Amino acid sequence: MHENQRPDPDSLLRHAQHEESSQRRGKLKIFFGAAAGVGKTYTMLEEARRKAEAGVSVLVGYAEPHIRPETETLLLGLDILPYKLVEHRGTILKEFDLDAALAANPELILVDELAHTNAPAMRHAKRWQDVAELLSAGIDVYTTLNVQHLESVNDIVERATGVKVRETLPDSIFETATEVQLVDLPPEKLIERLRDGKIYARQRADAALHHFFTMGNLLALRELALRQTADRINRDIDTFRQQHTQRDLSAVSQRVLVCVGPSPSSVNLVRTAARMAAAWKAEWIALYVETSAHGRLSEADRNRVAHTLDLAHQLGGQSVSLSGIRPELEIIAYAKKRGVDRILIGKPATRGWRRWFRQSFIDSLIQQSGDIQLVLIREDADSTTAPRSAYKKEWHRREWVIALAVVAVNTALGIGLYHGLGLSDINVIMLYLLGVLWVSARYSRTTGIVTTVLSVLAFDYTVVRPYYSFAVSDTQYLITFGVMLLTGLVISTLTTRLRDQERLSRLREQRTNALLQLSRELILCSDQTAVMQTAVRHVGEFFDSGVGILRPAPSGVPVLACASKGLTLDDKELGVADWVIRHGQRAGATTNTLPSAKGLYLPLKGVLNTIGALILVPGDSAKLGYPDQMRTLEAFTAQTAVAMERMILSEESQRIRERTDLELLRNTLLSAVSHDLRTPLAAITGSATSILEAGHTMATSMRNELITTIAAESQRMEKLIEKLLEMTRLESGKAILHCDVVDIEELIVAVASRWRKVIADREIKLDVADGLPEISGDPILLEQVLSNLLENAVEHSQVQTPVEIQARPTASSVEIRVMDRGVGLAPEEMHRIFEKFYRGQSSDSNSDSERRPIRGLGLGLAICRAIVQLHKGQIIGRPRAGGGAEFILHLPVAPTQTIHTIPAALDPQAPGGSDDL
Amino acid sequence: MNAFKALILVIEDDPAIRRFLNIALTGQQYRVQEASTAEAGLRAFGLLPPDLVILDLGLPDREGIQVLQDLRRLSKVPILIVSARGHERGKIDALDAGADDYLTKPFGVGELLARVRVALRRAAATAQPNSPNLSIGDIHVNQEARTVTVGGNPVRLTPHEYRLLIVLMRNAGKVMTHQQLLKAVWGTAHVFETHYVRVYMNQLRKKLEPEPSEPRYIMTETGVGYRLNLPDEL
Repeated sequence: MHENQRPDPDSLLRHAQHEESSQRRGKLKIFFGAAAGVGKTYTMLEEARRKAEAGVSVLVGYAEPHIRPETETLLLGLDILPYKLVEHRGTILKEFDLDAALAANPELILVDELAHTNAPAMRHAKRWQDVAELLSAGIDVYTTLNVQHLESVNDIVERATGVKVRETLPDSIFETATEVQLVDLPPEKLIERLRDGKIYARQRADAALHHFFTMGNLLALRELALRQTADRINRDIDTFRQQHTQRDLSAVSQRVLVCVGPSPSSVNLVRTAARMAAAWKAEWIALYVETSAHGRLSEADRNRVAHTLDLAHQLGGQSVSLSGIRPELEIIAYAKKRGVDRILIGKPATRGWRRWFRQSFIDSLIQQSGDIQLVLIREDADSTTAPRSAYKKEWHRREWVIALAVVAVNTALGIGLYHGLGLSDINVIMLYLLGVLWVSARYSRTTGIVTTVLSVLAFDYTVVRPYYSFAVSDTQYLITFGVMLLTGLVISTLTTRLRDQERLSRLREQRTNALLQLSRELILCSDQTAVMQTAVRHVGEFFDSGVGILRPAPSGVPVLACASKGLTLDDKELGVADWVIRHGQRAGATTNTLPSAKGLYLPLKGVLNTIGALILVPGDSAKLGYPDQMRTLEAFTAQTAVAMERMILSEESQRIRERTDLELLRNTLLSAVSHDLRTPLAAITGSATSILEAGHTMATSMRNELITTIAAESQRMEKLIEKLLEMTRLESGKAILHCDVVDIEELIVAVASRWRKVIADREIKLDVADGLPEISGDPILLEQVLSNLLENAVEHSQVQTPVEIQARPTASSVEIRVMDRGVGLAPEEMHRIFEKFYRGQSSDSNSDSERRPIRGLGLGLAICRAIVQLHKGQIIGRPRAGGGAEFILHLPVAPTQTIHTIPAALDPQAPGGSDDL
Repeated sequence: MNAFKALILVIEDDPAIRRFLNIALTGQQYRVQEASTAEAGLRAFGLLPPDLVILDLGLPDREGIQVLQDLRRLSKVPILIVSARGHERGKIDALDAGADDYLTKPFGVGELLARVRVALRRAAATAQPNSPNLSIGDIHVNQEARTVTVGGNPVRLTPHEYRLLIVLMRNAGKVMTHQQLLKAVWGTAHVFETHYVRVYMNQLRKKLEPEPSEPRYIMTETGVGYRLNLPDEL
């Protein structure tokens, strides 16, 4: 057993490689077949077993529950992940447990039925999305797929078999798979297996045989599967050639543009385009031109446009939507801009007048196209039902009444004018046209047309002989009717188009304005919170929804950093947010991922990474289905993300800068402390141990000398520590000013008196002007400033020279100068002297070091500056005229300051009278 | 001097400082009683009434200021406070609470002994009946005649200046906080108006000091108060 426990070097290596691979994407192998029952699952399990025997950690993530007995035996001995049981409308569904699979983190996982649609409560709508997540987690995946589930062949399958397959998956999954293994079985064998009940239970098998497993279907599907696989192999060969021969096989990169519209046939058009583009190895773009008519489309049609564009995206194309009045011009302009070689367009199959309009569109496209090839694709006749105008549904009785009323009023007026006043019938026609114009300007085009027709009829009935009959005696009037009808139609068409255009541009303007407003306000924000609040407010107002911004938190669950009023999220919603932030993809309501969430979540993607998520709980969920709404929301989100990232980066760089400064300070402090404190300590230790060692043998004079050293060095150390502590206290921001009224003269006198005792041999000259205003400040700290300046002056000058202190009032401050005749300051030193740990160059040139044993840490002036700044004053140091240095200190006089005098009541004999002396 | 030198109670938790104080004080023939906690100090105080207390404000078991108040309730014996640097506010509180003087760590033996001598002498002086004549250096005050002379020359003082001088002279050598001076001269109503003290002190200096910018008598203890120098410090 011992041998078994020793790690096998191969498995160690494999493990290491697996660890490494968790950084990269997993590999996807698809076991591909023409229909159920060809043995995909069987082949997959067989291969998995081989892998498992070779030591790869294999997990069966999901195997179809209606598994065949011979397949079941293959499962023995493999690790099987339990199903996730989900209740849906009263039945228990067995689903693949994605989270458990990710947690188990095997090297290889088996997930059957790639095209499966998940139960609504699951994270993703489709199983291929689960697989994509496994791959991005670095786990290799084996899966099975039948050809009819491929999105791009969906229509071919429908045509060939007459069965509409609803569970589809994007071709990109199939194309990006690392390996596709075709599992093939001749149709006869398959039918045989089905009859034997090897695929479905017998009663289901009969139904299946009738519906799907017919020889014809199976042959078609097999051909399709073989062709798909062959295409893949061709592409693989091309890629291989490209990689191994230096020359680029497709030097001319091609681009295909497919024009889509709101009609259902556009979906097939997109699929065809995807297939053709793949065959030509071209990249392709699906283009929709939003005209004024877009606003008139029904919601279903608008959604269809959005879905068609989505489908194009899923099939690996780009989807673009433009707006313009004449689509053909927009299409050509865009195609030229993008360097498109071929334009694919649906060929109208309709007959009648619509076809005539459509034809003119295609004709003008052909005229404009220049050297771009146009490819017409036949549209299915049944699906070309033209998009219906939304107004048809919305057109209600009220408009009928209005049309009738307008015509009635006009008719009444017409009768009055024509029959009563005898005016010409032309004026009556004008009256009717005015009515048509009025109605068209306000109501739908249909109402306009109805008004026109009614007007013509009323005109005929009342004005045209014979009166009060629809019969026409003068055939000339037929021309009048025609012109009137045509004029009315043109008027109503033009006015409604104008109105739609206006509405559209108003909408667009609103959108642009809202975005502009947001970006303006975002620029003004100075921190993240402000950015988030601004974004939440704007998005909330524009979409009339609850909005929040979520940020990742160290605990793993994102937190709602900012939200509009009343928005709360439960754990489930936070889970959605977490997924969105980690994957950088949108999810939640109206999307394919976690659609059961109450909110729509969009990732806030910065330039560098996803910095959070924006949640929108729509007041009216349906509104978000509009592609342009979604685009607007995305624009809002992008702006917010960029603004937030800018804040985060600037805050981070600020922090880094502070940290670097702190680090630098700490290092300087450390070296200063270790050097400057050790030096006196060494002297003390040395002296003390000498006395101890020598005992009584030491001469008294020598002993006294050593003891003096100990005392002096201790004092020096004490000073250093005191300054360090003072600096630390000031720097930490914990220094509180204990403000009091400070009499500068008294302060100067007190400091000078103290120093005179310490340095009896130095002259300290005081020159304090009379009537100095009192200032407000902390007397103890201000005394320290003066004391430090005085100490500094004494240390940097010769014994024979005086140190002077001068105080003068200025307009709004008291100016104090501390001056010496010492070595002075170099101009380049003037700013540096106030830095921490900066020591003047000249301190060592003073040879008379015994009298001034205090050599500073370079903190004295830094402390001065910190204190003066706390008092909102200023301090500068500069060379003094005539040699030496001077330090000039300005302490502001509080504006409310009054010079204190003693109220008479307190002292009947006011001081200062001449008789007092 | 004589055999019955004063008994000094040292309440200090640091053994090294206690030992150094003991050596320094016994070297001057003072008798020393040590206590390392506030509890032990108060007990010792009750058993052996000392002539002076040296009290460390940073004791482990109780707030120094509380100990001080307890001691003050028991006796008027001079109390010298020892505190670490950077605790100026605590110092003022201690003085206001009745401490006689303070020493900031670290301090030299010379300074310690001087403060001890001053405190003991002042205690002895206040024990005597109020003498009508007070004098410090060249300043002489006759309390009966209410006259003040400096170097023999009469000086006229306002009533408040006079009262301020008397308070300072009676407490010569001791730091008087602004509050203490205000209370003594103006009464409790004005304890927060420290600028009165400053203005009068200025006047007093001008009248008494030979050179006000280099004062000999009235010393400013910045942020704390004033001290009138004793003759032996002049």
